Amino acid sequence: MSDRHVVACIDGSTHSAAVCDYAAWASKRLTKPLTLLHNIEPAYDPVVTDFSGLMELDGRETLLEELTSIEEQRSRLMLEQGKFILNAARQRAVFAGAVEPLTKQRHDGLTESLIELEDGIELVVLGIRGADHEKDNQHLGGHLESSIRAVHQPILVVNNTFKKPQKIMLAYDASEPCEKALNLLLTSTLLTKLPVHLVTSGQSRRVTKLSQREAQESLAAAGHEVVAVMVDGPVGESLHQYQRDNDIDLTLMGAFGHTRLREFVFGSVTVKILLSANRPLLLVR
Amino acid sequence: MLLSSTRRDWLGNIRGDFLAGIVVALALIPEAIAFSIIAGVDPKVGLYASFCIAVVTAVMGGRPGMISAATGAMALLMVTLVKEHGLQYLLAATVLTGVFQLVAGYLKLGELMRFVSRSVVTGFVNALAILIFLAQIPELIDVTWHVYAVTLAGLAIIYLFPLINKTIPSPLVAIVGLTCACIYFGIDIRTVGDLGELPDTLPIFLLPDVPLAWQTLTIILPYSAGLAIVGLLESLMTATIVDDLTDTSSDKSRECKAQGIANIGAGFLGGMAGCAMIGQSVINVKSGGRGRLSTLVAGSFLLTLVVFFEQQVSLIPMAALVAVMIMVSIGTFNWSSIRNLRDHPLSSSSVMISTVIVVVWSHNLAYGVLVGVLLAALFFANKVGHFMYVISEFDESTDTRIYSVMGQVFFASAEKMLATLDFKEAVTNIVIDLTRAHFWDITAVGALDKAVVKFRREGASVQIIGLNKASETIIDRFGVHDKPEEIEKVLGGH
Repeated sequence: MSDRHVVACIDGSTHSAAVCDYAAWASKRLTKPLTLLHNIEPAYDPVVTDFSGLMELDGRETLLEELTSIEEQRSRLMLEQGKFILNAARQRAVFAGAVEPLTKQRHDGLTESLIELEDGIELVVLGIRGADHEKDNQHLGGHLESSIRAVHQPILVVNNTFKKPQKIMLAYDASEPCEKALNLLLTSTLLTKLPVHLVTSGQSRRVTKLSQREAQESLAAAGHEVVAVMVDGPVGESLHQYQRDNDIDLTLMGAFGHTRLREFVFGSVTVKILLSANRPLLLVR
Repeated sequence: MLLSSTRRDWLGNIRGDFLAGIVVALALIPEAIAFSIIAGVDPKVGLYASFCIAVVTAVMGGRPGMISAATGAMALLMVTLVKEHGLQYLLAATVLTGVFQLVAGYLKLGELMRFVSRSVVTGFVNALAILIFLAQIPELIDVTWHVYAVTLAGLAIIYLFPLINKTIPSPLVAIVGLTCACIYFGIDIRTVGDLGELPDTLPIFLLPDVPLAWQTLTIILPYSAGLAIVGLLESLMTATIVDDLTDTSSDKSRECKAQGIANIGAGFLGGMAGCAMIGQSVINVKSGGRGRLSTLVAGSFLLTLVVFFEQQVSLIPMAALVAVMIMVSIGTFNWSSIRNLRDHPLSSSSVMISTVIVVVWSHNLAYGVLVGVLLAALFFANKVGHFMYVISEFDESTDTRIYSVMGQVFFASAEKMLATLDFKEAVTNIVIDLTRAHFWDITAVGALDKAVVKFRREGASVQIIGLNKASETIIDRFGVHDKPEEIEKVLGGH
């Protein structure tokens, strides 16, 4: 089996450059090849509208012909544009020190593409918002949540320009995804030897001093410099506050630990943190 | 996962779906009324069915953007049931149809669609168009000239109005315009209201009023089976058409289940069985509908309109409906198939034509499809049967006749294989080399046995080479064919 890749999802929006940089950084640290992925999303908005309600002679064939020719033009343009974007991204990644990256274009939504490629993915790097929601700071990108839920590999969500991670934070609440995040720190080469702040929000009832202690010891044994702290206040805000105060470059956390129903009712902590963060987040499911 | 759907399925195209849904609802009303009349029930039966089926398939269907409602194909199958046993039996049959379709969905019978060839599909569509047209004829016989005038005026408006304006559905313009004209000029011709009740309330849940007895089942079962088959056929055909038009994919098994639940619901709400509609689905896509919302809007808007405008709807002249239905039948017919008669292989054309003839003659689309599929299979077997020949060589030194059988040996070609062997030739040794032959069935094996026996009777000693290899192809364990290397082994002889 071939190597798993670091997949950077590029769409030419503001975050694409940073996505490139982070992906190059991750690919170097993991010594895994880098793939730059661009998706040509199928047009969902209808391009032909005719309200005549008329069933013409061989109307089906005519309509198919019409839709095909319009979408053909659109796809060609998108293909060309995508190639251009990918090319720029490749140059950037090479400049950032990545070994000759592969580029890939797919006719599909981002989530669907990632599901399709999942077997060959080591880490996904994507921007918090794509081209569709670039200006909208109140919401996450349209594909983000579904991508995070669909992919079982870690996802690095980029929300700011590149800054080489020096100090990282593990948002620790002893939940299952969180233990996986801890495990990633212990086993993966992505973040080895970086100083870790093991931060537990006071509201996570599951965490005992004991489990935090255990986590701290195992991290120290793996060669990390560890600071373990408890912070007070609502989970989202307190973690964000801590991250800013301590100049943390990257937050590692378990994502979407609860069922969709519960999150629908109570709101998702992951979404809250994603929205408020201004440094990248590494999500593990 | 009958309820799962993405946000995009529902809200990806709100404006387009909403407008398209309204266009479709307006087009569905005359069709639902006309199909109720074909089935011989009150218009409200078709209208309630269209509402329920559209709404249920919007939520559960496997093909977002496809329109399902009361249809002509289904209406044609119910005629005798309604005539002989009445509406309540139709409702019971509708529920049973739904149960069959639901089961078919879970058994993934939709996959059997791959045996329905393109010619059969074309024949189905053409036959449906012809039957819809024929169903309009009674409205045009023994009537005053007013009816012809209104029908012609309707057709003129329907086809010419879009040349001026494409933002208002022309069938709607025709219906509204002609209804007003008939009232204004006091033209006294048959109207929708003369033909039975229209819905005046939202549908209510009712158990079909039939005796729960074995006899009831024996009455409705044949109808339900036919309805289930035709409904699924048309629905899956339509799903494929919408797939192609929108360049997306659909979940066919889920669609079967949804059709089933929709029909069960329709039966309990006093509606007749229905299925997906080719014409309306194309109109939906053409009007910009893509998502589930379009189907939901179509169904709910239809019922709202009819309940609120019951009085006005009952005044619609039948002649105007006939004009709309003529347009539907013309639009449904696959006209290029007539042009293609010249270029397509004779076997394909005869499959298409036979399907049409059987349907038009029996008024049952299921029979037509059955005949079409059988014919197509026979033609195929016949064609593949040609891919068999025997090379005959003679080795004088050993007085040996060597027959090398090449190609496909099965029921359609076994006789031919026997015919090429010369049993009258007096030789000492016979070798039958099967290394490059494929034996597909018991007929092939039987033919070989027969040949061996005959040669032995003539006093020759018979040797068969490669029997194991040839008979490897009598594989009923189809799983083997999934692996390329296994297929390669079977086909390796060539």
